[in-house]
Amino acid sequence: MTFAVVVFPGSNCDHEAQYMAETVLGQQVRMVWHKETSLSDVDVVILPGGFSHGDYLRTGAIARFSPIMGAVKAFAERGGPVIGICNGFQILQESGLLPGAMLRNRDLRFHCEYISVRVDQTDTPFTRLCTPGQVLRVPISHGEGNFFAETAVVDQLEKDRRVIFRYTNVHGEAVDASNPNGSVANIAGVCNEQRNVVGLMPHPERACERRLGSDDGLILFRSAMDALATRGALQAV
Amino acid sequence: MKARVFVTLKPSVFDPQGRAIVEALHSLGYDQAADVRQGKYFLLDLNVPTVAEAEKMAAEIADKVLANPVIERFTIEVDGAAK
Repeated sequence: MTFAVVVFPGSNCDHEAQYMAETVLGQQVRMVWHKETSLSDVDVVILPGGFSHGDYLRTGAIARFSPIMGAVKAFAERGGPVIGICNGFQILQESGLLPGAMLRNRDLRFHCEYISVRVDQTDTPFTRLCTPGQVLRVPISHGEGNFFAETAVVDQLEKDRRVIFRYTNVHGEAVDASNPNGSVANIAGVCNEQRNVVGLMPHPERACERRLGSDDGLILFRSAMDALATRGALQAV
Repeated sequence: MKARVFVTLKPSVFDPQGRAIVEALHSLGYDQAADVRQGKYFLLDLNVPTVAEAEKMAAEIADKVLANPVIERFTIEVDGAAK
């Protein structure tokens, strides 16, 4: 299985994603420079975290115009699994592949810490091995992760079960004290209508080994491998 | 043709930076400062001959790139345009 890790100028979690997929999970990884235009040879696309184009204008606003984004959109339209992590999530929002936008954290501080997120939906390629309500211990690292969308949009997302991850306490309760950045409805991650594109602010790729503090993040990528193995098996029948 | 684009957060969107600034103003004694909204200002130099074309192009650029319609809105001023 081949993971693509898209590298923008200013990406800084690309090597963590590569290490996770290659060294920890033993998969093929192709590092894809943002000037490239094809993703025809990969199975899963990761848009990693960082500060693409220096976060100039808005987070993800310039990366959205990178040549590779046309291929990311086409890959997503074909049903390919795409995950945007942190800045990668912001790029997917700016590209219109995922809803909402990020505001500054409500306390105006950059948060770099382990938090708890609850997996609310398991019918995406990145959460299918999770149990509903499972709480993952993963780090966040952002200054602009305050998820915002108009109330009507959030209501529709809830109705369509497109809120995939929520900030909670260790017991899985989405209370205000467990909300690190002021996100509407404690939203930490969402998916698109087809459910194959997922974005989240926490960094599951950093939580890939116990010695790093947690390996809870691996289940997202194991889920994607499982989804593709299952799809492959179905196609072979 | 010079066009000025002002981008601000929508009124419905909480502006944590504006809030921090207004609190600083209050601590300086400017109690009458009721609210502050922080925004961005862009000065575009456009090679088009007419005010109308400059307004149209600036609006397109603001809509596509300079502002994110999910959280922001913009106003445009072009030199020579009727106020």
